[in-house]
Amino acid sequence: MKEQTNNKQVELAEIRARLANAHGQHYWRSLDELAETEEFQKFVHNEFPHGLMNWENPVSRRTFLKLMGASMALAGLTACGPLQPVERIVPYVDGRPELVPGEPMFFATTMPSNGYGVGLVVRSFEGRPTKVEGNEAHPASLGTSSLMAQAAILTMYDPDRSQVVRNASTASTWEAFVEAIAPAIRAGGVRILTETVTSPTLASQLQSLQESSGVEWHQYDPTGQNHARAGAQLAFGENVDTHYRLDKAEVILALEADFLDYGPAQLVYSRQFADKRRIREDQTDMNRLYVVESTPTITGAMADHRLPLRSSDIEDFARAVAEGLGIDVGGKVAEIAPAEWVDAVVEDLKSHEGASIVLVGEGQPPEVHALVHAINNVLGNIGQTVVYTDPVEAAPVDQMASLQALVSDMQDGKVKTLIIIGGNPVYTAPADLNFAEALAKVNLSVHLSLYDDETSERCTWHLPEAHFLESWGDVRAFDGTASIIQPLIAPLYGGKSAGELLAALMGQGDAAGYDIVRAYWNEHLADTSERAWEGILQQGVIAESTLPAKKVTLTGRSFPRSPAQGDGLEIVFRLDPTVLDGRYANNGWLQETPKPLTKITWDNAALISPTTAQKLGLTSEDVVSITYQGATVNAPVWVSPGHANDSLTLHLGYGRTRAGHVGTGIGFNAYALRQSGTPWFGTGASIRKVGGRHRLASTQHHHSIDVKNPKLQELTDKRTPTIIHAGTIQEFRDDPESVHGHGGHGESEGEQPSLYPKIENTWEGSYGWIDSEGKWKGARWGMVIDLTVCTSCNACVAACQAENNIPVVGKEEVLQGCEMHWIRIDRYYEGYDIDNPRTYHQPLGCVHCEVAPCEPVCPVAATAHSLEGLNEMIYNRCVGTRYCGNNCPYKVRRFNYYQYSDLTTESYKLMRNPDVTVRNRGVMEKCTYCVQRINLTRIAYKRDTGQSGYVEYDDGAVVPACEQACPTRAITFGDVGDPESRVAQLKQQPHNYDLLGELAVVPRTSYLARLRNPNPALESPTATEQGGHQDSHGEE
Amino acid sequence: MQAGNVAKLNEQLQSDPVLAPGHTYGSIEEKINTIPLPLTKRASKGWVLGFSIAFALLMLLFYSLGVLFARGLGVWGINNPVYWGFAIINFVWWIGIGHAGTLISAILLLMQQNWRNSINRLAEAMTLFAVACAGLMPIVHMGRPWLFYWLVPYPNTMAMWPQFRSPLAWDVFAVSTYATVSLLFWLIGLVPDFAKMRDRATDRTTKILFNILSLGWRNSSRHWHRYEMAYLLLAGLSTPLVLSVHSIISLDFSVSIVPGWHMTLFPPYFVAGAVFAGFAMVLTLVIPIRKFYKLEDFVTMKHIENCCKVMLATGMIVFYGYMMELFFGWYSAHDVEFFLINNRFFGPYAWAFWALMLCNGVAPQLMWFKPLRRNLPLVWILSLVVGVGMWLERFVIVVMSLHRDYLPTSWDAYTPTFWDISLYVGTFGLFFSLMFLFIRFLPMINIFEMQLLRHDQKHQVEGGFGASEEA
Repeated sequence: MKEQTNNKQVELAEIRARLANAHGQHYWRSLDELAETEEFQKFVHNEFPHGLMNWENPVSRRTFLKLMGASMALAGLTACGPLQPVERIVPYVDGRPELVPGEPMFFATTMPSNGYGVGLVVRSFEGRPTKVEGNEAHPASLGTSSLMAQAAILTMYDPDRSQVVRNASTASTWEAFVEAIAPAIRAGGVRILTETVTSPTLASQLQSLQESSGVEWHQYDPTGQNHARAGAQLAFGENVDTHYRLDKAEVILALEADFLDYGPAQLVYSRQFADKRRIREDQTDMNRLYVVESTPTITGAMADHRLPLRSSDIEDFARAVAEGLGIDVGGKVAEIAPAEWVDAVVEDLKSHEGASIVLVGEGQPPEVHALVHAINNVLGNIGQTVVYTDPVEAAPVDQMASLQALVSDMQDGKVKTLIIIGGNPVYTAPADLNFAEALAKVNLSVHLSLYDDETSERCTWHLPEAHFLESWGDVRAFDGTASIIQPLIAPLYGGKSAGELLAALMGQGDAAGYDIVRAYWNEHLADTSERAWEGILQQGVIAESTLPAKKVTLTGRSFPRSPAQGDGLEIVFRLDPTVLDGRYANNGWLQETPKPLTKITWDNAALISPTTAQKLGLTSEDVVSITYQGATVNAPVWVSPGHANDSLTLHLGYGRTRAGHVGTGIGFNAYALRQSGTPWFGTGASIRKVGGRHRLASTQHHHSIDVKNPKLQELTDKRTPTIIHAGTIQEFRDDPESVHGHGGHGESEGEQPSLYPKIENTWEGSYGWIDSEGKWKGARWGMVIDLTVCTSCNACVAACQAENNIPVVGKEEVLQGCEMHWIRIDRYYEGYDIDNPRTYHQPLGCVHCEVAPCEPVCPVAATAHSLEGLNEMIYNRCVGTRYCGNNCPYKVRRFNYYQYSDLTTESYKLMRNPDVTVRNRGVMEKCTYCVQRINLTRIAYKRDTGQSGYVEYDDGAVVPACEQACPTRAITFGDVGDPESRVAQLKQQPHNYDLLGELAVVPRTSYLARLRNPNPALESPTATEQGGHQDSHGEE
Repeated sequence: MQAGNVAKLNEQLQSDPVLAPGHTYGSIEEKINTIPLPLTKRASKGWVLGFSIAFALLMLLFYSLGVLFARGLGVWGINNPVYWGFAIINFVWWIGIGHAGTLISAILLLMQQNWRNSINRLAEAMTLFAVACAGLMPIVHMGRPWLFYWLVPYPNTMAMWPQFRSPLAWDVFAVSTYATVSLLFWLIGLVPDFAKMRDRATDRTTKILFNILSLGWRNSSRHWHRYEMAYLLLAGLSTPLVLSVHSIISLDFSVSIVPGWHMTLFPPYFVAGAVFAGFAMVLTLVIPIRKFYKLEDFVTMKHIENCCKVMLATGMIVFYGYMMELFFGWYSAHDVEFFLINNRFFGPYAWAFWALMLCNGVAPQLMWFKPLRRNLPLVWILSLVVGVGMWLERFVIVVMSLHRDYLPTSWDAYTPTFWDISLYVGTFGLFFSLMFLFIRFLPMINIFEMQLLRHDQKHQVEGGFGASEEA
């Protein structure tokens, strides 16, 4: 006790010292005075005065423990827990209600993603959130989660996050800010710039702020849906949101609409799309997807027919389709696409009236959106597969116009005070607006953000924002369903939420986020009782808040073509598949996640088609200078098969100058070329080789297209059909076995020629796990991955990384070929048209061979089989000979060549899954089928059912992280030995096959063949035969 | 025995002797002993220069290992498909080089090839130092080298044995046995010469040192009898080792299922390759040494030629192995195996394969011709070429098989880093430092066996008998 007191005194002395630095001289007249001030009391109440130091500086473990001890002492003093939020948070309905040390608890919350909510269930160990999963009750999640949601945990614990309130270049406090902002608000000329707002609470706060103090509100989000909104306005004369019912669609035409990878409803659309493609022996109905796009996307890779077209030509394609459907588009339609393509699409759409969808991406101009609404109208889809609602956004505006208005007012000196809530406009605003210059003309600027970024640097005040996992709030999902953002942890770095800032602007500087949200919902909920509130927190969703479908009538009758863009090289801007608009740039997990098709990590590149590359004399990694509208950037080229010719794709989100240790200075900034008039594509770019090469860390750089020698190329291509079993749905209906080509299932359970006695299940035969008839009684874990529905969205990769404490290795190590992801998503191209190949994906982790080649070669038996059939790694026995890695035919083992795991950063220690060993240098690791989850379940079963020895599990009792995250439910895990289990039944499917099964290693993970549903009018069966089923055994 | 034959044999021995004529027992001892003795004398300039270079390289090895241990295996160019790189290549290469020494000392002894007498000590020393270089490699290539002893079966609280199914566990036995037997063989063979050094020593320190090392040798016939027995037994023990060690090393590869490794041919083909490389190394060392120390009388052209012939024979076996690898790749009709051989022909490391064919397939064919076998500069260059070729062979097997195997998506390239190369170059430092010290301080040629040769030679010339019985 005495020691604690001492600690406390030391700590107080340190606080005094810090205050000295923070406040400057005028606060300092005497020590006693300081102790009496309210400032000081506030500082004590601040949750993490000590943590502040910890996460700023690397400290020894001893110091950390000392500080933690001190923090506990102070916690007693201020009656404030060190980690748990002060308010009551309510565990998820499935979880155990009480905290048991060592056992995880689950809480429902909502992740705001570009303004729209996605429901999550977060796992927490003793107050530390460690893993994000989907919330089945939430309409935008359906129990799954996206790559970005999986990586949210890392952002929350990021030690680079802003930790102090900053005024100009000196550290300050929240209270000082509240004091300073009040006169500014009173003085008028105040503007607020937010990103897209759907939160009911924020919206009501903003509204009352506008009413009470004449503040003007602007919105800008680089991911905003301006074109979609304007298109709906053109078509219907009113603001409506468009929703698709892909579960009812038989034929889908996506015009540069990457609906499987982006957008507030990405998870829902992925699931609905996949549900119509889940082919089983007795279920062979399949939807058909046409994709027309310039940049290869995962949606394009899933297409049954894909047509690469320049973005600026897609409008002509849409007009041709519209004309074919009998819409009077007025004027001549340019013949841009192959006529048989347009005819086939038109015929297919016509024959599926009311059961088809035409989608268009945000990148296309409003005119195309309007035309597509008309097409859906003609097809009778409206009300069937296409549904409209009132806008979910609180104040739908054209955000580009809103930003332009703001900037021009700033330039004119009309803006005295600018409060930027979230976002990073200095970085993301179109280059022609010159936001940074305008910002310099504002007297008082405030930026609330997670990071002290490019915008913060140029603002007078910077306020650290609380992460959504540590603050109260609310948000609406794509369909309007409201849900509460429930914090899992008290703000690590003392951040404030947007709601708390808005309250401060209204003079309530001490309002707590919880009270603000609660107050709003007390007014708007029918039942305001504590019980009802807890029910909402428990479920994560506010019932009956979904927006009803709205009847709309097409008013637009004429469809003029949008202004022609002219010829020349086209430039297309796209959100990055992992770091989006740059907001996740400092997230190492996202940086190291290979981009779905290029497999590039840690960089963006200028993507061009092979033909264009040849024409321009460029190869991958050549550095080029790209000039567009007078601005120039240098970028490395990446030749991307399937890209439209004479087009160039630049991904946004890179070239950050102030992102943090991870994200600063990597890639190039494509915003520098982006114009407010042509935010998504434009023509007239020029490209010039500047010499030199920039190495791009692609995880799959030695794939077949890179094999220079024609003989090797031919042999490699011949292997692809034996690795990816593929076929058309018609072939499958005719002969389900045909998808396997000549290779057969590749399953080794059947008769395998061998000189040796049968070695199946060598690990059996002990502990009484075999019954009197010789049948194995324990579980036999296995997995089936359905290649037909896997979109390669990378959610499983990130989920695995979060669950299993997989380290980030950095660009240099990826270049070296030492990446650590336990799951890699293999990409194969097929077909000899390099400008439009067929793309296949295959997620591959350890397949847990029953006769695992890695096991006998380890000299110290560090990898061995468990009784339930897992191939296990014993990290502390591993001496690192790496022979197992050599002998793994799948090459799924990962070696810690360096000390990759960060053992020193304190916040990462809190983040890690305590059930999984953090690996050190020199040991091998690989997929474990999430053995820690199996063990937790086994313990629970033994405790609850009294079983001993082997355990009989219910199907679905163990869900590994990848299966849990998978938006399309392509992954199924379970007990192969239980004939009733889903996984066992999938393994009975005729299109089930073992990868490399011919090696007789008996993998426990198997695949369902990739099936396509091509339009017979576009693909003759013979052509398929040649393309999809090359004879891989030519030598026989 | 026909007198004519004896005359012919004598004539041949005169023209192509294993010991140049005109030596007495004394001159032999004098000639060999004065190279190390007195131990305190100033070393020659050439020796100092050579040793300095070797020692500098040895320091490079230590530096390279220091960096490796401090930072981890990531300093090397290895990656996820190519988990093994230079360390394993070097291991196999050095172990192979050692084989010539054992073959010369054991098998040729048992086959009573007495021409071996003048080169066996040097070859045995070479074996020992090569095994030292090789033995280092498997330990430093481990991810956690401080736990290397887990590969040794010893009673422990973990109640764990090494896994005896793994060829890496067999390696531990193979290499440690080999190192032990080679050391004993070399030391036992030195005992009579230690005694001669002791007797010849002029200063007290040297006397005491060699007194201890000579184990009380008094040149009695009982000593000689026991010595001969022990030497013969050790030779018998070493003989299977010549075959077994490299066979087991080859099983490191052929036990696996990696295309290009999974091959029943490997054991004999590796043994032949080892002898091939070993004899090349013997020639690489002997040719300059005999020149520098003027030992042409003891290491004659006969020796050089015999070494060349062994190289030719083993080189042909090795080349047969290469051809069989290609044949199997084609005949298996397995697409991965077939790809492998094409990848050797045309892949990114095709240069290594074709250089290998040139070094080990084409170059040794020159040794069919006697004038070329007697052309010392050419033979020396050929011996280097073969050394390079054998290193490339292991590069082809280890790296080219791993970098592209079953799934094209897992393929990657391997580029050695400075630390890979410094490790390899550094082992030369270790090898040559030890070699220079050996030459400087110990008799590099077996004195008493040379004297025995002199004895036989005398009998052949004078009496015309004995040689045919002895040889």
